[in-house]
Amino acid sequence: MASYPVRIFRFYRDGFRSMTVGKTLWKIIFLKLFIMFAVLKLFFFPDFLSTRFSTDEQRADYVMEQITAPARNSN
Amino acid sequence: MGEIDLALVNWSRAQFALTAMYHWLFVPLTLGLSFLCAFFETIYVKTGNEEWKHLTRFWMTLFGINFAIGVATGIILEFEFGTNWSNYSWMVGDIFGAPLAIEGIVAFFLEATFFAVMFFGWDRVSKGFHLFSTWMVAVGSNLSALWILVANGWMQYPTGMAFNPDTVRFEMQNFWEVLFSPVAIAKFTHTTSTSFLVAVMFVFAISSYYLIKGRHVEMAKRSILVASVFGLISFFYAGLTGDESAFNNARVQPMKLAAYEGLFEGSEGADLVAFGIMNPNKTVGDGQDPFLFEVAIPKGLSLLGKREFNAFVPGVYDLVNGNAEQNIVGYDVKIKRGKQAITDLSAYKDAKKAGDAAAAEVSLARFIDNKDYMGFGYLEKPADGVPPVQMSYYSFHIMVYLAVFFGFLCLAYLVYGIKDTIEQKRWLLPLGVISFFLAMIASQAGWIVAEVGRQPWAIQNMLPVGAATSNLDAGNVMTTFWMFAGLFTLLLLAEIKIMLNQIKKGPEGA
Repeated sequence: MASYPVRIFRFYRDGFRSMTVGKTLWKIIFLKLFIMFAVLKLFFFPDFLSTRFSTDEQRADYVMEQITAPARNSN
Repeated sequence: MGEIDLALVNWSRAQFALTAMYHWLFVPLTLGLSFLCAFFETIYVKTGNEEWKHLTRFWMTLFGINFAIGVATGIILEFEFGTNWSNYSWMVGDIFGAPLAIEGIVAFFLEATFFAVMFFGWDRVSKGFHLFSTWMVAVGSNLSALWILVANGWMQYPTGMAFNPDTVRFEMQNFWEVLFSPVAIAKFTHTTSTSFLVAVMFVFAISSYYLIKGRHVEMAKRSILVASVFGLISFFYAGLTGDESAFNNARVQPMKLAAYEGLFEGSEGADLVAFGIMNPNKTVGDGQDPFLFEVAIPKGLSLLGKREFNAFVPGVYDLVNGNAEQNIVGYDVKIKRGKQAITDLSAYKDAKKAGDAAAAEVSLARFIDNKDYMGFGYLEKPADGVPPVQMSYYSFHIMVYLAVFFGFLCLAYLVYGIKDTIEQKRWLLPLGVISFFLAMIASQAGWIVAEVGRQPWAIQNMLPVGAATSNLDAGNVMTTFWMFAGLFTLLLLAEIKIMLNQIKKGPEGA
C-alpha cells in the first residue's frame, strides 16, 4: 500500500493523463493566463500607484492631491 | 490632476463594463450548474442507477468547459482597478482586502482539492466522498461569489467603515457590518438565485434540443424534471430577493429606484409602471412627460419600495431639487456641503504639512461635519447626480419580463415533465432552446440596473467615477479596451465551439 503523498500524486497524474476534452481546456487556460499575466499585466496594466511611488505615504499623498485638486472643487 | 477628463472616465467605464459583462457570461453558469450537478449525482448515489451517473458526468463536463474558459477572467477587473481606477483602488484597499483575500484562498483550495476529486475521482474514490466533493464545489463556488458581492454591496452602501484623512482610505471598523450589510446580503442572494435560473435555462435549452432531435430522450427528460423543480424554487427565491433589493434601494439608493422605475415626480401612493414606453427626448428638468405610453398599477411602487400602499416614494426631481415636506435635502445643498468637505480636507492636508496642529484640528472638525456629502463635491451641477434613466428603466423591465417568462417556463416543463408528455409539446421545446440566451440577457440586464443605476458613484455618495480614475491618457485605455474585446471574443468563441462539440457528442462523450 503506497503512502498518502504517493497516492495523491498518482491520483492527480492519472487524472491529467486520462483527460480528453480537459487537455484542450488546460491549453486554453495556460494560454489565457500567459496572455493575462505575461503580456497584459506586464505591458498594459502596471499598477498605477505602485510603479510611481515607493512608499504608502507617498501614495496616500498623491491620492490626497488628486481628490482635493482645485479643479475638482471649483464649481 | 487638472480637469476631469471625460473621455478617460468614459473609456475606463466602458472597459470595466465590457470586462465585467464578458466575465458574467461564465459566472452564473458556474454558480447554478454546480448545484444541478450535485442534485443529479445525489440521485445517482441514492438510486444506484447508472443512467443518472452518465447524466451527471455529461452536465459535469459542460460545467468543466464553462469553468475552464471563464476561470480568471475576473482577475482582469483587478488589473483595471490598479491601472485605471487607482484613486478608488487606494481608497477602498482596506475594505476590499479581507473579502478578496478570503475569496482567493477559498477558490484556490477548492479548485486544488474538490474540483480534482470531482473530475478525476470517478471510480477512484468512494461514491460518498465523490458526492461530497461535488457538493463542496457547488457550495464553495457560491461562497466564493459571496465575497465579491460583499465588496460590490459595500460600494452600493458603504457601511462599517470610517474615512481616515491621514491614510486617505476608507478603513474597516466593523467586518460583520460589512459582511451582513442588508444590501450585500440581498445582492448575494439575488445574484445567486438568478444565476441558478440561468443554469436551469441552460439545461432546458440543451435538453429541449435533444428532445426536438429525438436524441438522448430519457436523459433530457430526467434533466428537465430536476431542473424545473430547481428552477421554480429559484424563481420564487429570486422574486423575494429582488423585492428585498428594491426595498433596500428605496432606503439607501432612492435615485437608483427612481431611475429604473422611470419616476420623475415622487408621490404618496406612487404607481408602478408595469409597461411603458419612455419619452426618448426627456431630460432632467425639461418639463416633458417621461412616458409616451404607460400602463401603471395604482400604488404598486409604494407597496414594493416602502411596503405601504400610501408611502411617499421620491422621484428624480424630489431628490435633485429637494422636498422640504418630505425632509429630502436637494443636490444643490449636498454639492455645497461636499465642496466644503473637500476644501476642509485640503486645508487639513496643508495645515499638517505646515506643522500647524491647531489649524489641522479645526479643518478636520469642519471636514467631519460635511464628510457624508464629500462625493457630491465633485459634481458640477445637480443633474450630474442622475443616472441614465432610460437605460436603467428598460434594463430593469426587460429583466423582470424575462424572469416572469422563466417562471412560467419552469412550471410548464415541470407539469409536462411529470406527465411525461414534454417531448410531444413541439410548441414549447423551441422556447426552451432559446431560454438560455434570454436568461443571459436577463442576467446582464440585472447588472446594468445595479451598476448603471448607481451612477455617477463608484462609492455611493462618497466618490464619483470622475474622481476615482487614474491620471492616464484616454488613448491607452481605448487601446486596451479593444484588446480585451478581441481576447474575450476569442475565449467566448472557443467556449461555444468546445461546448457545441460536447453537446453534439452527448452523454457518451462525457
